[in-house]
Amino acid sequence: MYVAVKGGEKAISNAHKLLAKRRRGDTSVPSLTLDQIAQQLAHSVARVMGEGSLYDETLTALAIKQSRGDLIEAAFLIRAYRTTLPRFGYSQPIDTAQMLVERRISATYKDLPGGQVLGPTFDYSHRLLDFALAAEDDGVELPVETAPTLNDAMPRVTDLLGDEGLMEPDPDTVEDAPVGDLTREPLSFPADRDLRLQNLARGDEGFLLALAYSTQRGYGRTHPFAGEIRYGEVEVEFFAEELGFAVTLGTIKVTECQMINQFKGSAKAAPTFTRGYGLVFGQVERKAMSMAMVDRSMRVHELGEEQTAPAQDIEFVLSHSDNIQATGFVEHLKLPHYVDFQAELDLVRRMRAEWFEKRDQENNGEAAQEAAE
Amino acid sequence: MNDTAAIFDQGEYNFAYLDEQTKRMIRRAILKGIAIPGYQVPFASREMPMPYGWGTGGVQVTASILGKDDCLKMIDQGSDDTTNAVSLRGFFEKTAGVRTTYETAEASVIQTRHRIPEKNLREDQILVFQVPIPEPLRFLEPRETETRKMHALEDYGLMHVKLYEDIAKNGHIATTYAYPVKVNDRYVMDPSPTPKFDNPKIDQMAALQLYGAGREKRIYAIPPYTKVKSLDFEDYPFEIQKFDKPCGLCGAEDVYLDEVILDDKGGRMFVCSDSDFCEERRAEGHLGPMAADPAAAHIGGIQPEETAR
Amino acid sequence: MGTPLDVIPKNAPLTAGFPDPIHDAQACFRAVMNALARPGSHQNVTSVGLEPPKPLTPAAAAIALTLLDYDTPVWLDRPLMASEAVKAFLRFHTGAPIVTEPIEAAFALVSDPAHLIPLASFNQGSAEYPDLSTTVVLTGQNFNNALSVKLTGPGIKDTARLAAGPIPPIFWEQVISNNKQFPRGIDLIFAGETEIVALPRSTRITISEA
Repeated sequence: MYVAVKGGEKAISNAHKLLAKRRRGDTSVPSLTLDQIAQQLAHSVARVMGEGSLYDETLTALAIKQSRGDLIEAAFLIRAYRTTLPRFGYSQPIDTAQMLVERRISATYKDLPGGQVLGPTFDYSHRLLDFALAAEDDGVELPVETAPTLNDAMPRVTDLLGDEGLMEPDPDTVEDAPVGDLTREPLSFPADRDLRLQNLARGDEGFLLALAYSTQRGYGRTHPFAGEIRYGEVEVEFFAEELGFAVTLGTIKVTECQMINQFKGSAKAAPTFTRGYGLVFGQVERKAMSMAMVDRSMRVHELGEEQTAPAQDIEFVLSHSDNIQATGFVEHLKLPHYVDFQAELDLVRRMRAEWFEKRDQENNGEAAQEAAE
Repeated sequence: MNDTAAIFDQGEYNFAYLDEQTKRMIRRAILKGIAIPGYQVPFASREMPMPYGWGTGGVQVTASILGKDDCLKMIDQGSDDTTNAVSLRGFFEKTAGVRTTYETAEASVIQTRHRIPEKNLREDQILVFQVPIPEPLRFLEPRETETRKMHALEDYGLMHVKLYEDIAKNGHIATTYAYPVKVNDRYVMDPSPTPKFDNPKIDQMAALQLYGAGREKRIYAIPPYTKVKSLDFEDYPFEIQKFDKPCGLCGAEDVYLDEVILDDKGGRMFVCSDSDFCEERRAEGHLGPMAADPAAAHIGGIQPEETAR
Repeated sequence: MGTPLDVIPKNAPLTAGFPDPIHDAQACFRAVMNALARPGSHQNVTSVGLEPPKPLTPAAAAIALTLLDYDTPVWLDRPLMASEAVKAFLRFHTGAPIVTEPIEAAFALVSDPAHLIPLASFNQGSAEYPDLSTTVVLTGQNFNNALSVKLTGPGIKDTARLAAGPIPPIFWEQVISNNKQFPRGIDLIFAGETEIVALPRSTRITISEA
């Protein structure tokens, strides 16, 4: 019985002690260090930083350790921490054209200025378990040939197409125009693209992946091409009022994905390529690509297309993308609900009694009729 | 796991956890809620250190109204000792250092999930509800854009159709909890998943009622002495659950009872869901028909030991 | 030259805010909350030694420090708007943007209520978002005006009375119209020296002899 009439506090405290013990596991095995997690589980760290919406590798490594590798739980720890931090203001927009690129590929051109840079990727690896890793020695330097990362000669693919007028331009930006922030204002519908992108950037990778996949299978098809995926370091700047100029706070690693989608044109706009945009912390290409596809799907109304599929339904997508909200509400079913269950028990008993009574009456009626015949 | 370390004394977090800017934002939403009884005020709900769906709305409301002289009672399913009530009470003990109590009469603020205390509340008390889905029309129309229009136009036809279909199908309204009410003859409101047994208590209650839905980012309120009517039809008037036996422990009648299964042979007893109400009656010497039953000893809170395993 | 600039030095020291910002704001909020929850009831606002620049009253300053911040545009009536010291005080302690259009205001502070602009000038909220309306704070109030009105509605057991003043002409008729458009409408806070009374839009007013 988990609803103790007295002693609930002790039960909870004991449960937490047991959890701490299980988390640590066999004490003859060395404890994980945060550096190990940050260095060797970089994809997990990146995912948690994105969904937790806080860029801090060390804190995220701690969250992953504390959550026993449950990444949604880790993102939740990060979010709950993030919300207590004082807010000094908003950074300047990052400029991904100035990225120190570690990886940059385009599926739409064989070659392009700056070239294709594969960088660290699982792509083209054979998914064979590498048993050598099981017995890996520590600290062995692996020789790798890399070209120096370039940033000045690597224009964004969408900028190349834009020169020809084939690509929709970047939306007009108004200096000092307020950018929505759904951590400060409750989301209301219809939500503009800034809020939609913020929501997707914090959204669950699995949810976005499934939605993006559904658009490829015909549920709101958008004909996407991976125009460009780039991953690397960008500077984050903050405009300091008292200094009167922007200062660099540091660098972050991000993955940017620009999907290029066919657009047949409408009464108002000539046929052109349109874009879906994805930007996430760290190297999380699956999420960046899914985000870009779902972003484009949700632009149906703006582009005068017909809304037919879940991925195009702004309210549906934005209301269910947040895994911290989703997991909380699904898992809250573990809380005691016996008061309402009692009310339902009472109702079902009553309805069953009425059902049997009615059936018996009908049977008796039929029997009486048969006897009369 | 943050176990009862006195976070409050460490100065790591603000009084009652929330920062002052967040409290101001929530306080403004509460004032609007009071001014527009039953209307759901959107607010920028924060991530809290407990999951969404586990009382984050109620916790944010409580944290925003709580002062250092308040005395807090925390209940879930009517009981102070259910797991989440214990956890949330501990949260405020840790972060606000306020006095807490099990006694309904002693509390100035009562946060609840799924029940309203049996004892009449007073004018100087505040009842805070944890709300999972604040929108009474949500299960009839999932779109916020649509339900907001319906509230604006006072168009509640859909709700009446649903209740009427219940009657046509079952001969009575098949809603037993979260039973919709109309507040001040204007807004249809979800009283949170309290059993409809508690609906009459909401009407003309002396205490202020505040409702917080954290995940759905809504706050709403019912001021004291406000007309709150459970939806019904003239020929099918609203009625509450009735129990055909008194509380097995304290003998109380006309209270909400929990059914407790005693063994695997059909043995069961009914006891007050409001544990403080039941204990107070027993302390006054009231005895229910099963008070002497050995099986009841465990239920009545005589055995304190509970472990995680 | 004897200009007003000499009278009000440019760098006049700002007077202090709440000595205990967390708990003083909480106490003031509870007073405002209770006032709105029980229309017509008198609630004590201890302005704990606030000495705001005139004509901002200590009670109004306490309400401003409790409820205003960057997210709440505030409208000031003419005497308040004319005082740089008042604006500096509000900007420093709350950060609230000061607006000149009453329709843009989340809050309005009124130091000369006898000359209050029509209530309909303020933001009334929309049918879908009635919470976006202005809350109007009338300061310098006493509660023994010759004319009193009868109050009924949410928060009021049976009836209550309110005899607030000074108020502009045909004020109560405006409050009646305000209530008639419920759920849209403004909410009113009457602030005296240490007491406040509130009238949310939900309160029904009857003008009658006391």
